[in-house]
Amino acid sequence: MDFIKIIILALVVNNVVLAQFLGICPFLGVSNKVSTSIGMGGAVVFVMALANFVTFFIYNFVLIPFEIQFLQTICFILIIAFLVQIVELILKKSAPSLYQALGIYLPLITTNCAVLGIAILAIQKDFNLIQSVVYASATAVGFTLAMILLAGLREQMELSGVPKGMKGFPISLVTAGLLSLAFMGFAGLIK
Amino acid sequence: MSQLKYLTNGFLKENPTFVLVLGTCPTLAVTTSAINGIGMGAATTFVLLCSNIIIAALKNLIPDKVRIVAFIVVIATFVTIVDLSMKAFLPSLYSALGIFIPLIVVNCIILGRAEAFAQKNSVFNALLDGIGMGIGFTLALTIMGGIRELLGNGSIFNIKLVGENARTILLFILPPGAFFTYGYLIAIVNRIKAKHNI
Repeated sequence: MDFIKIIILALVVNNVVLAQFLGICPFLGVSNKVSTSIGMGGAVVFVMALANFVTFFIYNFVLIPFEIQFLQTICFILIIAFLVQIVELILKKSAPSLYQALGIYLPLITTNCAVLGIAILAIQKDFNLIQSVVYASATAVGFTLAMILLAGLREQMELSGVPKGMKGFPISLVTAGLLSLAFMGFAGLIK
Repeated sequence: MSQLKYLTNGFLKENPTFVLVLGTCPTLAVTTSAINGIGMGAATTFVLLCSNIIIAALKNLIPDKVRIVAFIVVIATFVTIVDLSMKAFLPSLYSALGIFIPLIVVNCIILGRAEAFAQKNSVFNALLDGIGMGIGFTLALTIMGGIRELLGNGSIFNIKLVGENARTILLFILPPGAFFTYGYLIAIVNRIKAKHNI
């Protein structure tokens, strides 16, 4: 599989939130404003690419040689939690301005099922190291894209009269459904 | 009996899916049919029940600073048990639920109940809470799966209700239908709760 195909598939055709339903919690929780969506998206791109990079080595050089692939879930979730902590510490010391921008979003990422999901999917799809990192980055950019789109729509919705019972989650979900419908239009793009 | 409320809390008042809006990923992804909804609900209930009991039993042994990591290890252990058992005994359901079985580990309902309830309560109360929340989650997923299966496929629990050539609203089995169904169901539950002051 060439990289362009991987990128387009991950970015729009199989968009991580709108088609695969991974990472719905931050997608609905953080998409109040466009600016916070961009911040969260940046943090996710960073952590997801790093997580796929590390889990590739752990799976191929620790789990397979010792024949303990069944420990995959426990192993990966601990690695991701650990990575998020390390990234937070390193950013705090070495890049305070970046930490200021991403800081509050980092702890939230441990519970983002997209990170674990994409790490497991990359292993299932038998990607090599570079493919895996490219796949993770493109997926994370797709996540950011969907979140910014929803945030833009929600900012507009603040001004319109939403029925009382539909306020909050219900209207956001229906809007996300319409976005998902629009993204289905990309389905024939690559076969 | 006051403890009964721990059990019934999860059914409607604090329903994890419709009221707390936790664990949204599996709710949207696997509810293409009522059977899948029940399967996912049962798997999650098992993990939730076991992790609630273990965490409530170990609450005095786990140091506060590392509690989240400890909870995750307990939860991931039970998820691995479910993952391997399902692969062995229910292969067709396992392939339908796919990646969402290992992802039970990051289902916020389980970690949320561990943090908010199990670590502060007795083993028995945590057991009641686990059963109640699990039933609430399973119920919600089954209702959602039923609606989507009925509208999208014209069947319920794999029993065909419409003729062979009848047109169904295929959209409801596809991803957008999940978002629509979930959005409207939350709105309906909000309405019921407001009307009866629950």
